[in-house]
Amino acid sequence: MKTEESYLDEVTASEYKYGFYTDIESDKVPAGLSEEVIRIISAKKGEPEWMLKWRLEAYEQFLTMKEPDWANVSYPKPDLQAISFYSAPKRKKELESLDEVDPELLKTFEKLGISLDEQKRLSGVAMDVVVDSISVKTTFREKLGELGIIFCSISDAIKEYPDLVKKYLGTVVPRSDNFYASLNSAVFTDGSFCYIPKGVRCPMELSTYFRINEAGTGQFERTLLIADEASYVSYLEGCTAPMRDENQLHAAVVELVALDDAEIKYSTVQNWYPGDKNGKGGVFNFVTKRGICERNAKISWTQVETGSAVTWKYPSCILKGENSVGEFYSVAVTNNYQQADTGTKMIHLGKNTKSTIISKGICAGKSNGSYRGLVKIGPRAENARNFSQCDSLLMGSSCGSHTFPYIETQNKSAKVEHEATTSKIGEDQIFYCKQRGIGEEEAIALIVNGYCKDVLSQLPMEFAVEAQKLLAISLEGSVG
Amino acid sequence: MLKITNLHANIGDKEILKGINLEVKPGEIHAIMGPNGSGKSTLSSVIAGREDYEITAGHIDFEGEDLSDLGAEERAHKGIFLSFQYPVEIPGVTVTNFIKTAINETRKARGEEPMPANIMLKQMREKMGLLEIDSAFLSRSLNAGFSGGEKKRNEIFQMAMLEPKLAILDETDSGLDIDALRIVASGVNKLRSKDNAIIVITHYQRLLEHIVPDFVHVLHKGRIVKSGDKNLALELEAKGYDWLKEEAAV
Repeated sequence: MKTEESYLDEVTASEYKYGFYTDIESDKVPAGLSEEVIRIISAKKGEPEWMLKWRLEAYEQFLTMKEPDWANVSYPKPDLQAISFYSAPKRKKELESLDEVDPELLKTFEKLGISLDEQKRLSGVAMDVVVDSISVKTTFREKLGELGIIFCSISDAIKEYPDLVKKYLGTVVPRSDNFYASLNSAVFTDGSFCYIPKGVRCPMELSTYFRINEAGTGQFERTLLIADEASYVSYLEGCTAPMRDENQLHAAVVELVALDDAEIKYSTVQNWYPGDKNGKGGVFNFVTKRGICERNAKISWTQVETGSAVTWKYPSCILKGENSVGEFYSVAVTNNYQQADTGTKMIHLGKNTKSTIISKGICAGKSNGSYRGLVKIGPRAENARNFSQCDSLLMGSSCGSHTFPYIETQNKSAKVEHEATTSKIGEDQIFYCKQRGIGEEEAIALIVNGYCKDVLSQLPMEFAVEAQKLLAISLEGSVG
Repeated sequence: MLKITNLHANIGDKEILKGINLEVKPGEIHAIMGPNGSGKSTLSSVIAGREDYEITAGHIDFEGEDLSDLGAEERAHKGIFLSFQYPVEIPGVTVTNFIKTAINETRKARGEEPMPANIMLKQMREKMGLLEIDSAFLSRSLNAGFSGGEKKRNEIFQMAMLEPKLAILDETDSGLDIDALRIVASGVNKLRSKDNAIIVITHYQRLLEHIVPDFVHVLHKGRIVKSGDKNLALELEAKGYDWLKEEAAV
């Protein structure tokens, strides 16, 4: 007779399926962090003087900061002097078409199931692929260009659209915001830039695939997305990393600017390498994501987080303009020894601002998952509304789930609601499914997908399918 | 079809079933009655393959095959269906999605193609009519917020869709008002055929007025202490279980 424990062990003990390493020559800066390294990065990227200055100022601020330790996670602090802050795939010449992309690299994408060819031909998804730190290929750029939409790597944007970058970079997440945001500001290597002009509805989902490839490199992407007045864009971000023994640091910054009447939908599926069954290796994912909403604007964050050894991430909305809306939909899965401290901040500053938070945590193995959320209602935020729902699903009895909701209200007319539940995948549910002919793995996938439905339904269709598969992979085991 | 021989089963260290013998042939309806704690629900769980129970002696054969080594889902694939006394809730999974998954997983296990969506929908409509179920029911989360009657009706709806060879109805009558009982019973009767068999587990004679059994067995302290025809159920209704307990003690 199998006990529930041993059965859950089996079910939750699945291996990381994206653990392969692409053999591409790469151009790496020696390990360590210093002003010199920042100058090298900036020079290698051929950046203008103002950008280097901006970085160096960030570095100065960084030197005065301490690594935060308030999160409900514990890990050995990454040794920044052991990390190489720049790693770019070496290339012989500029790439004109997909045919010229390194075949090894294309193979990597195929293993990930996102072959560029396929993407380009079939799906109509424009992708800006970031492998390690350099943007390899941006598709559909021309087509978007006709509408005045700019979608390119942040490096290109710095050179080609310096006015836009200067105007908005660091305005949502200041360089002094926090330890990792400050570090990112000093050393970011690449990332995506997107600008949607006034009144334009972006006709396709914009998509970026991030992947950490080189051993011992941190990835510090920087994303800046500006939706001008009355525009709309849906942006997808997917992340994977190959299997590595040492922990890899990932400290990204994402800034969203939604001007009057604009709407941004930002979806993430993250499955960085979570470490092995014994908690060895894995990615440290310390990310600062924040958006600002002007009048009548809306920002919606949707995330499905299944990876990383340690996650520290709070996609947030500053609801500055009247009637602006912020949404946060999250599924966070932890398994084995993974730790996640994730949630959101909804800062209501304008009148009649509204926010919705739906957070679904799933914990298995010996993992620890925490929801941490702040709902802040400023003194001028008349009639602000918030609804939060934080649910936790536990698998087995060795995992932990925690909820830390913070509510600060400075306006009496505000209405803030918070609901929370904790449940377990019961043996009863599994037996019920099995009795109907549904095997253990399918049963767990079915139950988990049902539990996450409110979040998954927010994702664009093709992404939702991928997310469902990912949830199943993250929790499946070698049953039978 | 089903042959249970000298079945002993434990939960933990406690022996619940102490030598059950039962044979069910195609086309038959058997009722299993007995007081609380006599082992009725344990028997249904053990037949369905619940892993909490350990079979310490004896065996269960289904269509000539020993079930001991088969998991619950494999038994389901062979055509064994259990209507649960307490159906579980699965939030976010619609009735349609659940039934679709159940049917197609079963077909996959039997080496068949998934059922085409239009055929499945047609069958669902047909069977919903049989059980007087409203179509809005299909898009609700499985059993979540269902009334007792809705849960039981949903069990029989699944049975109708899965078309099992052997259906075990575990206290399907509990929680049902008289109208719902009539609808559920008439649904079950319409699903009867000469090829399938039904085991009805119940405390009361009430359900057996609608689903008339060919055999009635009384379970007491893990043993079948008396078997008879439908009149035995009437006798129990009139006299209670005590006289049987005394008889069994002798």
